[in-house]
Amino acid sequence: MSAANDIKTLVIDGVNVSARADQTVLDVARENKIFIPTLCHLDGLTDVGACRLCLVEVKGSPKLFPACVLKVEEGMEITTTSERLLHYRQTILELLFAERNHVCAVCVANGHCELQSIAQSQGLTHIRLPYRSPDLPVDASNERFVADHNRCILCTRCVRVCAEIEGAHVWDVMGRGIDSMVITDLMDPWGKSTCTRCGKCVQVCPTGALFDKSKLGSDHPKYPEFLPYLNMMREG
Amino acid sequence: MSFLDMDERLLDLSSQFDLVYSPLVDFKTYPESVDVALVEGAISSVEDEHKIHHIRKHTNLLVAMGDCAVTGNVPSMRNPFGPEAVLQRAYHENATAQPQTPCQIVPALLQKVRPIHEFVDVDLYLPGCPPSAATFFTVVSELLAGRVPDVASLTRFGA
Repeated sequence: MSAANDIKTLVIDGVNVSARADQTVLDVARENKIFIPTLCHLDGLTDVGACRLCLVEVKGSPKLFPACVLKVEEGMEITTTSERLLHYRQTILELLFAERNHVCAVCVANGHCELQSIAQSQGLTHIRLPYRSPDLPVDASNERFVADHNRCILCTRCVRVCAEIEGAHVWDVMGRGIDSMVITDLMDPWGKSTCTRCGKCVQVCPTGALFDKSKLGSDHPKYPEFLPYLNMMREG
Repeated sequence: MSFLDMDERLLDLSSQFDLVYSPLVDFKTYPESVDVALVEGAISSVEDEHKIHHIRKHTNLLVAMGDCAVTGNVPSMRNPFGPEAVLQRAYHENATAQPQTPCQIVPALLQKVRPIHEFVDVDLYLPGCPPSAATFFTVVSELLAGRVPDVASLTRFGA
């Protein structure tokens, strides 16, 4: 039996839902209008479970699971909202804010930032952890775009869109742990890299880390909705 | 300024409390016992640090008002460089006459600009740059009614 015909039934937040065997818990939740916060997930890209915001509880297991990479199973009972999950989600967001220099008031993405809006949706009004205030570079060598590492949350959407959709794989992650950085080519300046200047990475970046130079000091909404459409037309 | 944007609503509010201290009123010393203090700005100098401890000691409910007080915001953008580099830039590199770092009267800068809650306990956080007049009105009204407002539904960082 193919996955498409193999139907599973499960319970999400007390609601009985059905799903194809190849779907993730996040897919099914969204189909059923159940909100699970995400940052690294983006429709049209492979999921990597990097940000951990979509953690959910599965009955029978003490562990938490990232909904974006959790495949549905028959009889699963999922909880997407609880005190415990809210605690983890808030802490994850606080770690992201404390890690680099997210100065919303002077950020090009202010008002269009997914980190900012998710923080509000999770009830965050302050960061309990001390800010690290690292000294990070801003790469403005590309003629059209800027990479401001002060705002990067290492969601790797840029890495994935460049490799999977544009097929250029200019972006990647260098270093480990707190020293991790997204880089272009082998840490060459963006403007001197093999970048095709397609701008997909800018559109999928959830924060002000990647932005269009022409939008500096102005409103900079992003439009990642092109991705599922592009994928659909290619598969056509 | 955003606080003053409450306009005529300020008149209604002002009849419900006594304004006992502010940089804009004549009182020079902070009173012994204050019900609510709205504190704006990050802690960036030894004077700020001294003041916030004094305010905390003599205040029942301390509100961190605005992104600078809540996150450090723009003043904290000097943190990656340190105060020496900032003073060098302002008082030496950009000075046209008698370049010298001020060392009298003005308070010494702290190594890092930090939000209020890294120094003292804060009871309510009001993010926003600045929080809107509507946010101020709702929050002050709720506090006057003896309720704790749901701030996250009203404002956010950078709002």
